[in-house]
Amino acid sequence: MPQTSFIQAINQALSEEMTRDPNTFLMGEDVVLAAFGATKGLADKFGPSRVRNTPISEAGFVGAAVGAAMAVARQICEVEFASFFYCAFDQVCNQAAKLRYMSGGQASLPITFRAVYGAMGGAAAQHSETVYAQFLSVPGLKLVVPSCPSDMKGLLKSAIRDDNPVIVFEHGALGRLREEVPEGDHLVPLGKAAVKRAGDNVTVIAIGAMVPKALKVADKLGIENVSVEVIDPRTLIPLDEAALLESVEKTNRVVIADEGHLRGGAAADIAALIADKGFDFLDAPIRRVTALDVPIPFSPPLEKAAIPGEDRIEAAIRNVMGR
Amino acid sequence: MDITKDKLLEMYRSMQRIRQFESKIRDLATANEIPGFVHVSIGEEASAAGVCVALRKTDRITSTHRGHGHLIAKGGRLDKMMAEIYGKRGGYCKGKGGSMHIVDFSLGILGANGIVGAGLPIATGSALAAQVAGRDDVTACFFGDGASNEGTFHESLNLASVWKLPVVFVCENNGFGEFTPMRTVTSVSDIAVRAQAHAMPGVIVDGNDVLEVFKAASEAVARARAGDGPTLIECKTYRWEGHVVGEAAILGEYAYRSKQEVDSWKLKCPLLRFEKWCAENQKIDASELKRIVAETEKELDEAIAFARASELPAASEVTDDVFA
Repeated sequence: MPQTSFIQAINQALSEEMTRDPNTFLMGEDVVLAAFGATKGLADKFGPSRVRNTPISEAGFVGAAVGAAMAVARQICEVEFASFFYCAFDQVCNQAAKLRYMSGGQASLPITFRAVYGAMGGAAAQHSETVYAQFLSVPGLKLVVPSCPSDMKGLLKSAIRDDNPVIVFEHGALGRLREEVPEGDHLVPLGKAAVKRAGDNVTVIAIGAMVPKALKVADKLGIENVSVEVIDPRTLIPLDEAALLESVEKTNRVVIADEGHLRGGAAADIAALIADKGFDFLDAPIRRVTALDVPIPFSPPLEKAAIPGEDRIEAAIRNVMGR
Repeated sequence: MDITKDKLLEMYRSMQRIRQFESKIRDLATANEIPGFVHVSIGEEASAAGVCVALRKTDRITSTHRGHGHLIAKGGRLDKMMAEIYGKRGGYCKGKGGSMHIVDFSLGILGANGIVGAGLPIATGSALAAQVAGRDDVTACFFGDGASNEGTFHESLNLASVWKLPVVFVCENNGFGEFTPMRTVTSVSDIAVRAQAHAMPGVIVDGNDVLEVFKAASEAVARARAGDGPTLIECKTYRWEGHVVGEAAILGEYAYRSKQEVDSWKLKCPLLRFEKWCAENQKIDASELKRIVAETEKELDEAIAFARASELPAASEVTDDVFA
């Protein structure tokens, strides 16, 4: 099989799903030119009515995606950088997330939001934030955080077919990551975690771009006969609680690695789950490896200091292993 | 413009249904028989009725927190609306929405909305969906003068204009955003002039004259349906009641406007005005209008009986309908 990049996987998923369902539409800022390459060629293939450039007008076009979805047109809505969701918070949190429930199930909201998140090298705080935690407390949204090209394709295809608002967070630093990706109808269900590497001594629950980092650390510690299990929840809502707890039950030790912030973050949420339902499995405290609680800074050494690296994952593993 | 007798009767029935329904829920809210916030549009019936009579069933609308009138004018059922306002399972939203959030997709009612200005981008998207599907359905978007100061107003007018979307923006300028006089917080005295900034026609009508509203709406709907893009219609009107039922108990009577001002607008009642026009122009016999009044009274009595008889939702239903 050919090697496919993260960005190419997005492109394949979009192209395949728009071919599969002619009632699927894509809009966002610069999707025709394809600023990040993910939507490259789609405007030529599907035409200007289905692939539409929007003005820089997040509240307007995100709200329009909500209205169009309610009027039964499946929407893929690209919000270039995830921090731009703040400009459309009402449209995502008060409208998309709530209207199905508030209408007693009448409204259907088949919308997939795509956005680039995370530190990718000198983009500074308004273009580097990991914002999915901001949506964890908004019932009605599904949150997807792929960590590799294969999952990216399979999860995005599932998100597009889902009849609920789903936000797919694409880490900006994973764009060139390559691997073999199944061709054709490769679907990864939402709500199913993946064991990325099996191990016996400690579980690392890693989210998004922390997965490849955790795998490197696991390789390194393997030489020292520390058997690290790396598990990727893949979707934060729905969360595969059973798979996470099962892994912790096996290893009795857990580190949660997330590029989001410590306070109120996804790692805090998962730690609370394990403390609540898996306390008896634990032989050591739960450790979280997250970004520092500072806005993500611009200068490379500061950015590196703010976001969690392999060294901090390794230190946390050693801490829970007592070595 | 010659308006058929059927349309005239439809307008009057709409206004009667709105007036009677909202007068009743105002009284029920005052008597604490229904929970939550209730915002009524008594005195503003002509804009809802005039616009919706210019629409067809497959056209869609978005509405506001003060939305009963729009929903009723688009054909909303009083019984299911009343049951929703009572928080009952038999309501439009199974008791999940309440007064500010009633939806009926089968009638093209994409919903009232609790967030000021939220309906504008939704209406814009609804019109976009119609356009890309090759359908000539129009979306009418109701909002107030307050919403015209929201960013979503400008973002939506820009999108609708640049994409030539089949949408009619209907600003019901009732002079107040909550308790604040519009003139003290708005850079223009006519909201319609804001249409110029987005290269679309802006029209001002007497919002208490249902015939004038209907004519302006009909032109705007025809323009939208023909693919010529959006129009902004400003209906100058007035809210007889407070922003929210029960406010006088907190703020006192006439805390932010005078009795004389309110009374002067009551003389411009859209229903009385229409009745007078019918009599003067010998269009419709008074007995026919009286029949509509009586039929609406009966419909409302039945709606209240339906709402009272409907069951409250079971606690176990709390988790239903979060996801498809």
